[in-house]
Amino acid sequence: MPLNVDWPRNDYSRVPYRLYHDPDLYAREQERIFEGPTWSYLCLEAEIPEPGDYVTTWVGDTPVVANRDREGTVHAFVNRCAHRGAAVCRAARGNVKFHTCIYHRWSYDHAGNLRGVPFHRGIRGEGGMDEDFDMSRHRLRGVRVAIFAGVVFGTFSDETEPLEDYLGPMMRGHIGRIMGRPIRILGHQRQRIDGNWKLYLENLRDTYHASLLHEFLVTFGLDRATQKGGVEMDARHRHNLTYAHAGSDRDEDARAAYGRQRVRANALTLRDPRLLEFRREYEDDRNLAISTVFPNAAFQQLNNSLATRQVQTKGIDAFDLVWTYFGYADDDENMTAHRLRQSNLFGPGGLVSMEDAEAIEIAHRASRREDGTTVIEVGGKGEISDRAYRVNDVPVRGFWSYYAELMDIEPPGAVR
Amino acid sequence: MIPIEARLAIADLFADYGACLDGDRLEDWLDCFIEGCEYRIVSRENLRRGLPLSLMLCENKDMLRDRVVSLREANEYSVHTDKHVIGGVRVTGPVDGGYAARANYAMFQADAEGTGSLYSFGTYEAECVFEGGGPPKFRRMTVVVDNWNIPHMLSTPI
Repeated sequence: MPLNVDWPRNDYSRVPYRLYHDPDLYAREQERIFEGPTWSYLCLEAEIPEPGDYVTTWVGDTPVVANRDREGTVHAFVNRCAHRGAAVCRAARGNVKFHTCIYHRWSYDHAGNLRGVPFHRGIRGEGGMDEDFDMSRHRLRGVRVAIFAGVVFGTFSDETEPLEDYLGPMMRGHIGRIMGRPIRILGHQRQRIDGNWKLYLENLRDTYHASLLHEFLVTFGLDRATQKGGVEMDARHRHNLTYAHAGSDRDEDARAAYGRQRVRANALTLRDPRLLEFRREYEDDRNLAISTVFPNAAFQQLNNSLATRQVQTKGIDAFDLVWTYFGYADDDENMTAHRLRQSNLFGPGGLVSMEDAEAIEIAHRASRREDGTTVIEVGGKGEISDRAYRVNDVPVRGFWSYYAELMDIEPPGAVR
Repeated sequence: MIPIEARLAIADLFADYGACLDGDRLEDWLDCFIEGCEYRIVSRENLRRGLPLSLMLCENKDMLRDRVVSLREANEYSVHTDKHVIGGVRVTGPVDGGYAARANYAMFQADAEGTGSLYSFGTYEAECVFEGGGPPKFRRMTVVVDNWNIPHMLSTPI
């Protein structure tokens, strides 16, 4: 099915609104991105610590189970019985010796191999399957798994490069920084946002919006565009990291910069300032580091709030955002309480993050019938590269460049 | 026996709580709590699994005040009108000088164009105290959300 997208520019500084609303493009995304040569976030190893533990998750629109076998190896497979297509695991999580579909009780081991088919030899010699029925040919569709720093990724494609290469040194460094010690899961949050999933992937790569839309950051002096920081990308510009250093700007500079934009820097103080206390726990003094891995994950540190985010597509017009909060296994009670307090900053009700859902929903709603394009050129047009300052949306162009490559819709002379 | 006056006053407190939120009177809503209160919104999912994470956590009234100030002064969120329907309040017994009380709730939400939906349903699990002979207030309010995949965003409290 040929799909033509008219990119007005080859550097992705103009993105046609049609890309968020076209059902044919959506179908191709499922095939070429989520089932293509990418590694999707599945879960954290700490969610399935024991043999037999499983979680259900999604890769795009495909339901997937990740679980641990008796020897401790993590496997994943499509959660769809090889017999008649029913979901095999119905609970969100659990622990089982075998996975048994309730419909006709076909059962599978942790690797997804078919181990039992009731009556397949018939009853008293009557009925059953033909002699040529081969159980080994009816396994659950496999998802290839790779793990980095306790994060479980999966891919459908045999062509996908090794996970460590896919992540690249920049992303390995960031994930390793916050996930490089034994962690403890604190809980999950879920949110259904009525907008196209790519609006969120853009949002994660857009440092321009951060301190303008999320006024809490600036009003209470938590995070300001005047801080030392920037954006970094992997070599293919498909992943990104936005970061800032604590205490690296002066209040006067912030007031001067924001005063002109009618944003009130440090206008208010919290009655309980513990919400914003930063306890340094890494070698560097970064108090904000949020990275995104193409196509469906983000890894976040803001002060001492740590979480992963997973995007699950739910058709063209909606996606679920699943947040998994964690601390470290050796956190004391006080540190755990501190992290739980700071979880107020993110999630569906986050003081810093609630606006994202609103921004995405109003953009999705208003652009449905629009045949024009967005404008992405803060931090410059043309070449896609890192920036050592904060106000820019260059990584958004990086996202589109890799998206267009996978979708086979690159413009002539495309910037990569 | 729990005095009938106490039961009625606690039922009134739940009604005031809902009316303040529905009327966007968040500053008045704060009056439903004592200084040393704890307010949490939690998902049934985390609660069942014994995980401590909340959707909203205020460990004292100052944190609640901060939340309200932020909603008023800093946050942007959907234009919405809420309606709480709070079921019969069960005062389940005395606890630490106050009373434990529970009620189920359903909260409907209408958007800027008047399109409505069931936004949230669950259970209030509360502790109420009568301080200084005045009307009862919440010492603890835990909102347990049964539809924990939060539609849109969680802005004003449930």
